[in-house]
Order: sequence, then structure tokens, then C-alpha cells
Amino acid sequence: MSSSTPVIGVLALQGDVREHLIALAEADALARPVRRPEELAAVDALVIPGGESTTMSNLALAFGLMEPLRARVAAGMPVYGSCAGMIMLAEKILDGRDDQQSVGGIDMTVRRNAFGRQNESFESAIDFTGFEGEPVHGVFIRAPWVESVGAQVEVLAELPAADGADSRIVAVRQGNLLATSFHPELTGDHRVHALFVRMVEQARETAGA
Amino acid sequence: MSTSTPASADQPQIGTARVKRGMAEQLKGGVIMDVVNAEQAKIAEDAGAVAVMALERVPADIRKDGGVARMSDPDMIDGIINAVSIPVMAKSRIGHFVEAQVLQALGVDYIDESEVLTPADEVNHSDKWAFTTPFVCGATNLGEALRRIAEGAAMIRSKGEAGTGNVVEAVRHMRQINSDIRRLTTLDENELYVAAKNLQAPYELVKEVAQLGKLPVVLFSAGGVATPADAALMMQLGAEGVFVGSGIFKSGDPAKRAAAVVKATTFFDDPKVIADVSRGLGEAMVGINCDTLPESERYANRGW
Repeated sequence: MSSSTPVIGVLALQGDVREHLIALAEADALARPVRRPEELAAVDALVIPGGESTTMSNLALAFGLMEPLRARVAAGMPVYGSCAGMIMLAEKILDGRDDQQSVGGIDMTVRRNAFGRQNESFESAIDFTGFEGEPVHGVFIRAPWVESVGAQVEVLAELPAADGADSRIVAVRQGNLLATSFHPELTGDHRVHALFVRMVEQARETAGA
Repeated sequence: MSTSTPASADQPQIGTARVKRGMAEQLKGGVIMDVVNAEQAKIAEDAGAVAVMALERVPADIRKDGGVARMSDPDMIDGIINAVSIPVMAKSRIGHFVEAQVLQALGVDYIDESEVLTPADEVNHSDKWAFTTPFVCGATNLGEALRRIAEGAAMIRSKGEAGTGNVVEAVRHMRQINSDIRRLTTLDENELYVAAKNLQAPYELVKEVAQLGKLPVVLFSAGGVATPADAALMMQLGAEGVFVGSGIFKSGDPAKRAAAVVKATTFFDDPKVIADVSRGLGEAMVGINCDTLPESERYANRGW
């Protein structure tokens, strides 16, 4: 299926699945929800949406998805995670539940709800490495930030320091894995999804070559 | 969406419509559970709830005890906020904007302006645009939902008949809202003005719903869900998620039932999963038949 349009799944255990399906379709990908191991096996790549990371992790374990997810990530499947999805891709989680499990894959430490509770949720323009034109409009909802990254991780966006607060890493990439603290799926600007679709296409070309 | 002005890099904006409505989008496909203390909140979080609703008494007890039902004690809300990492919601009385101000000051993540508490104003609901904290409100039909959205609600739920363990009213409201929406999508543009008049809702919102084929905010079900099958029924009827009140902690095995309702909500269209999770749950709450409830005890009649 190397020349056909890539099929990108959206993990549909809980969260803003619909918005990601729309954003992927507008970035010219075939998108479909994934809730079962056999559905995961049928997709080329996966988006882990925004939602509650504790709920997603809990359901992924209960329905036998966690191990297949880890195996696919280890085998090089491209994955993009927004917000809760970023937490799911982190090797280490701070301020999560003690027993909270992630899929892992990106060598980073992510702090959950780091920007605060809902009253502190905000929108802000973000410069995103490699994007031309307008800054990305970042929607941060009880959002995590990346506390630290390993040598293999490329930082794609930072929220600049302001009011005495340090600058914070809010978008990263490591190989075929992409993660953002914010929700591009809520804005109608599909450049992050288009970047991910290109990553998926490149991964397939590399695998096919 | 009304707030689409881009924020400048040095001026992050809080409390925008997008941030408020976007928060509810993150809860979709999830279950929000009523809890009255930190211990119950932990059980709900362990079971996979996407949020908890902190309140002093679950609706079944409010019905039993009678009297005026008010906003919960701040210490109790703090205790729950400190106990869990998931979002915490709390209820204010209809029109009691000072209770809402207090809840915002306490740092709750969502305020439910709820008919389950005794209304404080029989004419006006709170002006929800005045708050940074987003609001969820109940509705029995599309007109009521749009009036709440016009007042600033960032999420809508069916009213149902809370504290009865009887899903019949939630089904009625969900069917009514979705049938009202479907009807709007079939109208000619010229007919939307009269539709707005009949719905007693702002024309702009009516037009938006006609174009989208859905509400501009997330729609959950609430009121009377007691079993995993009830939750899945509401999802199949078009709810984007489920509130469960008395149904969990008034049952025989709350932890097990809570986890089962969460799973049935995710796999709402898979009867095998629903059958599996429905086994060995112990007793469901006893429940009340809504047709034997006197008019004065019907919470869905509160708010307009």
C-alpha cells in the first residue's frame, strides 16, 4: 500500500477525537477512529488526542491496547500526541497519578497540568520551527509542559518567558514521534497535522526503500 | 465561535470562549461522576472518570432530605480538588452568581448552574460571560440550550430527572434536543427567523446550529443514568459524554459500577462489551418512577 494515501488512526478511547479526524482529513489523510488492537494493526500511524490522560491510560490497559501501542511505537510507527497525547508519549510523567502508565517513546519528562487549572487555561501565539507565515495559535487547556528532553529530542516550539516565568517547551519531535502541549485541532490551522502527515509519508518511503 | 481574535505573543488570553468550550471538548467520550468527599473522588478517578462533580449531597439524598439545596462547603470542595488530578466541577444555584463567584475563586474547573439545587432567581440565570471559569447548564430542548449558550454556557447537558435512577427524562430531553436540531437543518434560510422566534433563541445561534447540524458546544447527558446500558443508551442517542450522579455511589459496589459505566461509555456501540461489564455489579440504586413524582419535585421544570 506504499503509493496509496496513508491511513492515520485517532485513538478513540476518550477525548477530542472528532476534531483530530477533521483536521487529518483536511490535511489530506484518511483518518479513522481506533479503539481495539485489531484496529490499531490496520493503521499506518496514530494520533493520540486531547482528553484526560488518566482515563485514556486506564482504558488502554483495560482493553489490551497498551502493549500493542508500545510495540508499534518501538517498531517505528509515527505518532502525534496533543496535550493528553503528549503525556501518553512521555517516558516520564510528573504530577500524574503514582500508578499512571504512558506509552512512552519520546525521551522527555512532562509535567501534567503544569500551566495550572482551567482558570489559567489560555490562548497564545507560538513560533513553530519550520512553519512559514503566521505564528501557530496555541490553545492551552490545563496543559502540560515539557520539563526536560534527552539529546535525541528536537524542540519545535517554546512559550517565551513572561512575567518572571521561565520559557517552556511546548512542542517536540523525536524521530517519527511528534507532541504538542496545545491543541491545533481546535483552531482550524492544520499545519501541525500537515507536518505529521508528511512525517507519515516519509516514514513509509523510508520503510519501502 | 465568538472569540476568534488571535492572541498576540506577549499577551496570552485566559477565559476565552475557545478555551472554555475547548475544555469540554476534552471531556468527550467520558464520564463525569458526582462525589461528596475525597474518598469517593479517588474511587471515581481510579475508575477512569474524566472529571468529578463535587457536591454536598447526591441528588437522591437532596430529594430524600428536602429543604434548600445550596452550593457545597468550600472546605469540602478544596478537599476534593486536592485529592484528585482530574478536573473538578461544582454546582451553583440557578441565578446565584455569587455562589458562582465563590466557586471560581476556589479554582474549580467548571461550574454547573444546576436545577438540582434550589433556584435563587426564578427569572434570570447567571451571566456566564462574566466569568473566567466555564459553565455547563441543563436543557430539555434546543431553545433552552441556545438560551443558556447565549448567556455564556460553554457546555450543555440534558436535565433528565436527577436522583431518580430513572433514565426516561434524559432520553426525552436528548431526543428532543437532537430532533429540534435535525429539523433546523432541513429549513430554508428564510425560515430560520421564524424558527428562532419559535425556539425563543437568538437568530445567530439558530443559524449556526442549522449550518453545523449540532450545537456549537459539547452536549452531554445527565439525570437518571444508573447502569452501563443506560450510559450507552444516552451515547447512542447522540450524547457526547455522560454525567452520573446518584447512580454510582447509591449502588452496591460503587468502584466496580463506576469502572463499568466508563467502559460502556467508550464502547457504547458494542453490546458485547456492555454485556461483559454489566456482569456482577451488585445492586443498582432502587430508583423512583418519574410519573409518580409530584410536579413540585420535578427538577427539570426549574430553569426556563
